[in-house]
Amino acid sequence: MDTKQTIIAILQDITGADVSDDLDQNIFDSGLVDSMATVEMLLELQDQCGIDVPISEFDRNQWNTPNKIIEKVASMQ
Amino acid sequence: MVNLQPYASPSYFIIIGLCLLPIIVGLYHGKRFVAYETLFSLVFIVLTFGGDHWHQGVALIGYVLYQLLIVGGYARYRRRNNQTSVFVVAVVAVIVPLVVVKVTPAIQVGSQSLLGFLGISYLTFKAVQMVMELRDGTIKAFQPLPFLRFLLFFPTISSGPIDRYRRFEKDYRTAPERAKYLQLLNKAVFYLFLGFLYKFVLGYIFGKLLLPEVAHAALLQRAAFFHTGLSLPLLGYMYTYSMYLFFDFAGYSLFAVAISYLMGIETPMNFNRPFAAHNIKDFWNRWHMTLSFWFRDFIFMRFTFFLMKHKLVKNRVRISQCAYLVNFLIMGFWHGVTWFYIVYGLFHASAIIINDYWLRFKKRHQGLPHNRWTEGLAIFTTFNIVCFSFLIFSGFLNVLWFK
Repeated sequence: MDTKQTIIAILQDITGADVSDDLDQNIFDSGLVDSMATVEMLLELQDQCGIDVPISEFDRNQWNTPNKIIEKVASMQ
Repeated sequence: MVNLQPYASPSYFIIIGLCLLPIIVGLYHGKRFVAYETLFSLVFIVLTFGGDHWHQGVALIGYVLYQLLIVGGYARYRRRNNQTSVFVVAVVAVIVPLVVVKVTPAIQVGSQSLLGFLGISYLTFKAVQMVMELRDGTIKAFQPLPFLRFLLFFPTISSGPIDRYRRFEKDYRTAPERAKYLQLLNKAVFYLFLGFLYKFVLGYIFGKLLLPEVAHAALLQRAAFFHTGLSLPLLGYMYTYSMYLFFDFAGYSLFAVAISYLMGIETPMNFNRPFAAHNIKDFWNRWHMTLSFWFRDFIFMRFTFFLMKHKLVKNRVRISQCAYLVNFLIMGFWHGVTWFYIVYGLFHASAIIINDYWLRFKKRHQGLPHNRWTEGLAIFTTFNIVCFSFLIFSGFLNVLWFK
């Protein structure tokens, strides 16, 4: 599975929503992801993608759409 | 010697405006006069903590040296090692002075700790943040001078907004482009005048003119409703105090942001129309934002991360509830060790937990009506819950019931 699919699957798992039809939606503004879901996502990224994102590295403005997350994760792998 | 409290009087604004002129001219030409800015900041810190406040000045100097030692020491340690126990000790050491200052009045009634000074909480938030980011590795090098500049940035020294080190440092290292700086100047002037309206007009009307009147009326109703004092004037006090609290604090925050902008530093905003929030969660994204985001990033998220990583609690709903309780209890204690601040914290934790139940219910029942009437009802309900929490926060119930 490539990064894109992994991220979509992680987000689906955490939020229960399929984000694949709009990868540029703001997941914080829509209330889909909150602080709690963010932490779950960071832990999943650690487990599934092997990347370590400290909480202070997590700037909401840089992680607020599925596409940005995919890009970030790809750049860190 | 004279003493000038920040943003308290017209003369403060005149003096600060004159002293800022060279900085503004410099930034307009793309230059930052670091030496002048440092001198200027020192003068204003002396003006705030000098004169008859000199003992606070001494406490501030001691505090800053102490934090330099702890944060600098931890940074040095962190270059080679990363033990959790050392990190915990460093965090505890950083917050000890604040804890002493907060606990002293609760133990010895009416007395203030000698360690205290105006703004100690806000300096502590910044110091804790440094240790946490050094631990995370997002701040790699510790430099004493930039750290001091960040800690003692005088527009925000007394009551925030709470900035972030990396953001602040980036602004400080460069001067903004001219077009950008002109935008900042524009906003700064607007914020200053909005601040005058908020703090010196509306804050004055609600706080100085109306509040004593409704307080007096509410105290006359002590015997009302089975001696609970619950009366219409008390309701009046609740709304008046809430308005006063918002306009006074938002006005102050606008001044702090405006002065920062004039200095080419984009200190984050503290309020975003909080009374338009449609639920409590939304409220905390709009009210005293730099504080609630600080709590979110350095307490709530770290605590949930810890619980999940070590699988201490399995159920994710329970985890978030625990984290909310811890988060808001700490916030309550931070305001002060009195029953009403702690109840204020518990009240907000309960409100946000109930709010989360409702949000989950709504998610499961997609067919629920959603229109401008339900939206209006949501805003109205949130507003009243928030105002009630401010009534607790005000300490007026303490006077009404126990004094």
